[in-house]
Amino acid sequence: MTLEGYTQERVNIHLDTGKIEKGSITEEFCTNWIGGYGFGAKVLWDELKPGTDPLSPDNILVWAIGPYPGTFLPTSSKYGLFAKSPLTGLFGLSISSGSIAQQARRAGHNLIVFYGKAEEPVYIMFDDGDIQILPCKEIDLWGKGAWTSDEILKEHFHDSRLSVAAIGPAGEKLSKIACVTNDRNRQAGRTGMGCVMGSKNLKALCFRGTKSIKVADPKKFYVLGKDFVKRAIGTATAKYRDYGTPSGLASYNDMGMLGNYNFREGYFDKMDKFTGQWLDENLVVKKVACSQCPIACDHLAKVPKDHPLWAGAVGSMDIENIYSLGSNCGHADWYAIIKAITLCDDLGMDTISAGTTVAFAMECFEKGIIKKEDVGYDLSFGDGEAVVKMIEEMGNRSSKIGDILSDGSRAAAQKLGGDAMKYSMQVKGLEFPMFDIHGMSSFAVGVSVSIRGACHLRNGAYGLDAKGKFDRFTYDKPLERGKAIKVVEDEYGVIDSLIICKFTRGIYADKQDHCDIYKAVTGYDMTPEKLMLDGEAIHNLAKCFNIRAGATKADDYPPERFFTEAPTRGPAKGVTLKKAGYTKVLEGYYEARGWDKEGVPTDETLKRLGLDFVIGKLKGGKK
Amino acid sequence: MPRHEFIVVDPDKCIGCELCETVCSFVHDGEFNPLHSRIKRVRIEPLINIALSCQKCEDPDCVNACPQKALEKSEKDGSILVDEDKCSGCAFCIRACPFGAISMSTETGKVLICDLCESTEYEEPQCIEFCPREAISLRTVDQVGDEKRIDAVKRLLTELLTESK
Repeated sequence: MTLEGYTQERVNIHLDTGKIEKGSITEEFCTNWIGGYGFGAKVLWDELKPGTDPLSPDNILVWAIGPYPGTFLPTSSKYGLFAKSPLTGLFGLSISSGSIAQQARRAGHNLIVFYGKAEEPVYIMFDDGDIQILPCKEIDLWGKGAWTSDEILKEHFHDSRLSVAAIGPAGEKLSKIACVTNDRNRQAGRTGMGCVMGSKNLKALCFRGTKSIKVADPKKFYVLGKDFVKRAIGTATAKYRDYGTPSGLASYNDMGMLGNYNFREGYFDKMDKFTGQWLDENLVVKKVACSQCPIACDHLAKVPKDHPLWAGAVGSMDIENIYSLGSNCGHADWYAIIKAITLCDDLGMDTISAGTTVAFAMECFEKGIIKKEDVGYDLSFGDGEAVVKMIEEMGNRSSKIGDILSDGSRAAAQKLGGDAMKYSMQVKGLEFPMFDIHGMSSFAVGVSVSIRGACHLRNGAYGLDAKGKFDRFTYDKPLERGKAIKVVEDEYGVIDSLIICKFTRGIYADKQDHCDIYKAVTGYDMTPEKLMLDGEAIHNLAKCFNIRAGATKADDYPPERFFTEAPTRGPAKGVTLKKAGYTKVLEGYYEARGWDKEGVPTDETLKRLGLDFVIGKLKGGKK
Repeated sequence: MPRHEFIVVDPDKCIGCELCETVCSFVHDGEFNPLHSRIKRVRIEPLINIALSCQKCEDPDCVNACPQKALEKSEKDGSILVDEDKCSGCAFCIRACPFGAISMSTETGKVLICDLCESTEYEEPQCIEFCPREAISLRTVDQVGDEKRIDAVKRLLTELLTESK
């Protein structure tokens, strides 16, 4: 049976031989694994050999979308990249928006899997069904920034609407925090998917699609889709539209949750102008949207033309990059943040990991682990200009310290030695997002069990602490907390598979809403129960991937700092996480998931989720 | 001479989301394809966003350029009507239009021009209905001029008032 929405086509691209195979995926595959995250998890579990070095040609890179791109369902134009992460050594996943997904969907693509390594740097043009692997040297593409690459390719193909996802110098030079940039301001940022592309000599993916897209029930889709467009400009998304995600700077800081000074503190001492409102009223010059998004969370801020260093730089402002490149490095210099964001996006580095790694280096500098003669200038907290300089050196690997930091804080700490690892604020190797978890006893577990490492987008349990669902300073009701953390995580598993943007999660009244639109697009009778079970199964399969790759319970703990060093100001002043309490909630979460005390899914759980094929394969994992 | 309304897009409000394109093709053809949209988003990085559609020129270059006499300006609402039997897909109109507001179907090879959704089952132009920023509206040239004047005067007066302080 054919489903609408999905193209049900799978393309395998063997970069070593240049061979391109086209096959199909079944209706069952689509409705069980939904798209995006689900497709990535299933392909990587089935095909990636355990023990594979993430930077070897044997790593597999998966590109996948769900059923919605090309339609006007709000935020439907999203794609995901999946591979074994060079940063974590575990399940790598990164999602981006912009124009790529809808263009690729019109070209007929649903699931693209890259194998091997090209002999020389190449880029790939997906021109409807015609796929060509082309050498970078003919258009002098290798070595260029992601933004310049985009311009070169649009000009080369005489198409201003060509969709380009490219790596910059960071990805080429195998920075483990390298991202993939598309549409200038949109990134598949986390877990080093740009590094995987670089390791495959794969510079860019270009998509041009001219075919029309049908949905199963056009009349129904019009009514539902229009309603969702209207809801997407309602109250549920107001904060993303008005001051954007930076609106959270003030509100989370008030709760002592805004990471600063490399997470020594959660309450920032330079909040005077460090708010979404100030930014919006003084520096934001334009708000722009991804394809098919009514929200336009992308708030562009500009450095004034009389600035001596970075005049005219235009950066895409988000609370995560503002925290990582700003407060976490102990400064509130907006111009430095804007410039650093543009550098990360163009050089192709994840802003969260890059900024948090600079914060790590600043603390190492303060402690004498990194010395001034190593850097050439003061790499001190509070110095925005130093952040900008170091980001450039990391993206290009153009200095000794920049080279070391280019692989993220964990790898850098290993190289620097001494006490450096104490200052590496990551889980599983992935640097922390904005939340200071000293006083967040539920999210402390959520962010630490997250499949891809420290991440607020795999696990939205921060809401449990911020909204006071449980006491955020104690550890009571471990099982209830565990269940609550699980539900948010399974929901995100569905959202990341469909794939839609989490900023529209609030416009769906319930799971039935998701099922109704899924049916209007695909024709398949999805039920809320099956949808959530699919989400749970997808999450469990990614977890099993991690276990097979060597992850253990110890990888589900946050950095020691949160247990041993308390903030000196704000609502979490004097508060640390307690290890016994933490472990209780962690085990409550394991229990809620049907995992054993070590966090391994039981055979019974695997059977319940239809993951029978995993049984017996979780022993003897190796990183 | 009757004043006709046409699609006007405010670049200050436009976020470049492409919803106008997507819904345009859907209500005309029952399928999604921005290539078949009668309104086109234009983005020039990093800051410029707008969408362009038929401006209903008084003396339309497209009509004058068509060697097949397939285009005609409607007296009723000023829209440019395409006679599909006559249109040969030569694309002279596309080259003649100063706004790039005409496109050609990848399926029929005939040109596509905004008809304010007259040919669809919907009464209102759907790009306007769907635009999440109310950036798209129907205006006559007189209204456009009027609004421009008010804007200009407000701007001038603000500058004068600020200077006098």
